[in-house]
Amino acid sequence: MAALLEVRDLHVAYGQIDAVRGVSFDVDAGQVVALIGSNGAGKTTTLRTLSGLQRASGGEVRLDGDRIDRLAAHEIVARGVAHAPEGRRLFPRMTIRENLDLGAYRRRDSEVEADVAMVYDLFPILAERRAQAAGTLSGGEQQMLAIGRALMSRPRLLMLDEPSMGLSPLVMRTIFSTLSELKTRGTTLLLVEQNAQAALGLADSGHVLETGRIVLSGTGADLLRDEGVRKAYLGED
Amino acid sequence: MRLHRPPPVAVAGAVALVVGCLSPWATFAGFPGKMSLGGFPGGARLFCLLLVAGAVLFVVDVGGRRRAALATAIGATAVVVVNLVALVDQGGDIGSVSWGAWLALAGGGALVAAAWRLPSGHPPPEEWRRRPAAIEVAVLATGLLALLGAVVWGLEIEESSRFVSFLVFLTFSAVALHHLGLFSGLGVLFNRYPRIAMLLGAAVAVAFPFTQQGNAYWIRVFASIGVFAVAAIGLNVVVGLAGLLDLGYVAFFGVGAYVGALLANASLTTVHVHLPFLLVVLLGGCVAAVFGLVIGLPTLRLRGDYLAIVTLGFGEIFRITANNWDGLTRGPNGISGVPDLAVGGFDFGASHSLLGVTLPGFANYYFVELVLIAGAIVVFTRLNDSRIGRAWVAIREDEVAAAASGIDTIRLKLLAFAIGAFLAGAAGTVNAHVTTQVSPDSYTFLESILLVAAVVLGGMGTVPGALLGSTALFVLPEKLRSFQDMRLLLFGAALILVMRFRPEGLVPSRRRRRELREEAPEGVPGLAGATGAPPGGPVS
Repeated sequence: MAALLEVRDLHVAYGQIDAVRGVSFDVDAGQVVALIGSNGAGKTTTLRTLSGLQRASGGEVRLDGDRIDRLAAHEIVARGVAHAPEGRRLFPRMTIRENLDLGAYRRRDSEVEADVAMVYDLFPILAERRAQAAGTLSGGEQQMLAIGRALMSRPRLLMLDEPSMGLSPLVMRTIFSTLSELKTRGTTLLLVEQNAQAALGLADSGHVLETGRIVLSGTGADLLRDEGVRKAYLGED
Repeated sequence: MRLHRPPPVAVAGAVALVVGCLSPWATFAGFPGKMSLGGFPGGARLFCLLLVAGAVLFVVDVGGRRRAALATAIGATAVVVVNLVALVDQGGDIGSVSWGAWLALAGGGALVAAAWRLPSGHPPPEEWRRRPAAIEVAVLATGLLALLGAVVWGLEIEESSRFVSFLVFLTFSAVALHHLGLFSGLGVLFNRYPRIAMLLGAAVAVAFPFTQQGNAYWIRVFASIGVFAVAAIGLNVVVGLAGLLDLGYVAFFGVGAYVGALLANASLTTVHVHLPFLLVVLLGGCVAAVFGLVIGLPTLRLRGDYLAIVTLGFGEIFRITANNWDGLTRGPNGISGVPDLAVGGFDFGASHSLLGVTLPGFANYYFVELVLIAGAIVVFTRLNDSRIGRAWVAIREDEVAAAASGIDTIRLKLLAFAIGAFLAGAAGTVNAHVTTQVSPDSYTFLESILLVAAVVLGGMGTVPGALLGSTALFVLPEKLRSFQDMRLLLFGAALILVMRFRPEGLVPSRRRRRELREEAPEGVPGLAGATGAPPGGPVS
């Protein structure tokens, strides 16, 4: 059976600069895949290209076997790929509820309300503050809302860009325990992280990016044991 | 309601003001309002006297009374100061100011000092106690009638110094009433009875020409405002809702005007076609909308400043093209002699008599514009409350996040551009008939800037804001005529003051207020309840 998402030889360039140089990987339905790497490795660019915010300069992206690399961002959302972008990018002056409603922008079914309740259930703090402007939330709460908003489109693939960025270890653990809760519910996740320990602990498989190329792939557990990974990303000698 | 014993300074100040307002302010005859005579509050003295009523707040304990008392006291003092300046200017020296004015000034100063020392007290109630619907509607109607009254009263004032005094009076009364929670209360009523409020507003707007006793001057000015207001509502869709700064918007208005003029068989024209007016209005709007799409397609991928510059360029291209395309637009001469509208034998140019009042020809155009405005309001509010409106807000807040949430940003921005252009084009076709001629120099960069200023001044994203803004932009320059060269300076100063003290505009939308006053605590009384509310009165 073909993977849910297939990325084949993806190239992305910003003008003369090649940010992503031939990246290939698969994400199977129900799997959690982590892309790890240092700053400037091309992780965020890869994610932005998959969600249509950035144009690929070469290669293919297929969802269920259909090419999606030429589609606009909103069409990719319509096909079931949600993206919680880097830096959260909430609508800061809108309330939490309005942010969630916008996450469900393309939906016209009657179950939006049930999904809002589901998100509130996942992140009870958001329910408490539902009428508050998103910009007044703390960093961790904003990340929760960003994930909640992405979930509101009922994605088949949820892509998260550095959910741990700028969060205290405690808040980060909360976020990751929610992600593992999502995993047990069968949500397919594509996770971009600098925090390799947390990401690989959760992931079924992982890929290490360096200067726009995948230099190492394996299961999450394998990569966590890998000496090179431990040296480069977990700060061990 | 608890009563307070007023401080002696306040009593002395109020008495001095009342006596001062009933005493001569000028030592020379001929100043408007018989200011050299005492015993009655002639001229601007009346505004000063009315503001003294605010001294009641020293006795009565109501929420927000300190700020309200301060506003009326400062207002009364400001009226005196305005007239002092005018008196010295006309009389030649300080000796032309009589004792009444000095007494009033001292009284005003004392009142300000006393109000300053009032305790802050509690804020005004956020919402009025609910009363029977009939009473609430009556309050609403009274508010709108008061607005009509204020407009008619203000327009009748001929002399500039008196008009400025009137503006000072109006501004400070409004500030005081605002602090007492009147406007937020009215805003709540507006939202509670939107349809009735809309009808009342329309009724007041229709009533305006009947208050002019056959005098065409202000009806003509309001006929100009009407077309401008429709365009301003259109621009408000683009700027206020979708957040796209368009500095060449007047071009769409111009496109509509040329369509209207060319298809009306004007006396000096290049196209000898005469189509029915209703068709021309729609056609003008559609042609402008197509132009909007043509400009929008390549440019709407740009953001912020870049988009503003490109639209500015388009505005200039339109003007220069119109100036040089002799075969169609007759170049700088323009299309002139556009005939008056005639729909089904009804001649728009002639004056008609109705209910014993002679309505000049311009009133007919004014009424047509009211219909157009009503249409524009329906379009605007429907969009604002829709899924599309929400998507526009999202684009305004964060375009990347909007795209990532599945919003087709390009198409929605194009839609805003096209709708805005349509409204401007439709307004333009009417304008061709009102001004009877269309030439490139009516569609300059300055006009675009004025439209943006009207929207920003009134309050981005609200209909009453656009109406109020365009009215202010037209009426103020007319009224400040006697300041001649100083006119634009004063006008600029007024804009700066409004933006400094009310950056969200005169009638802000709730959301815009939140954007600009994030530090303000929740529940600040204001006009915030007026989001997307129907227009209030004859400002249309």
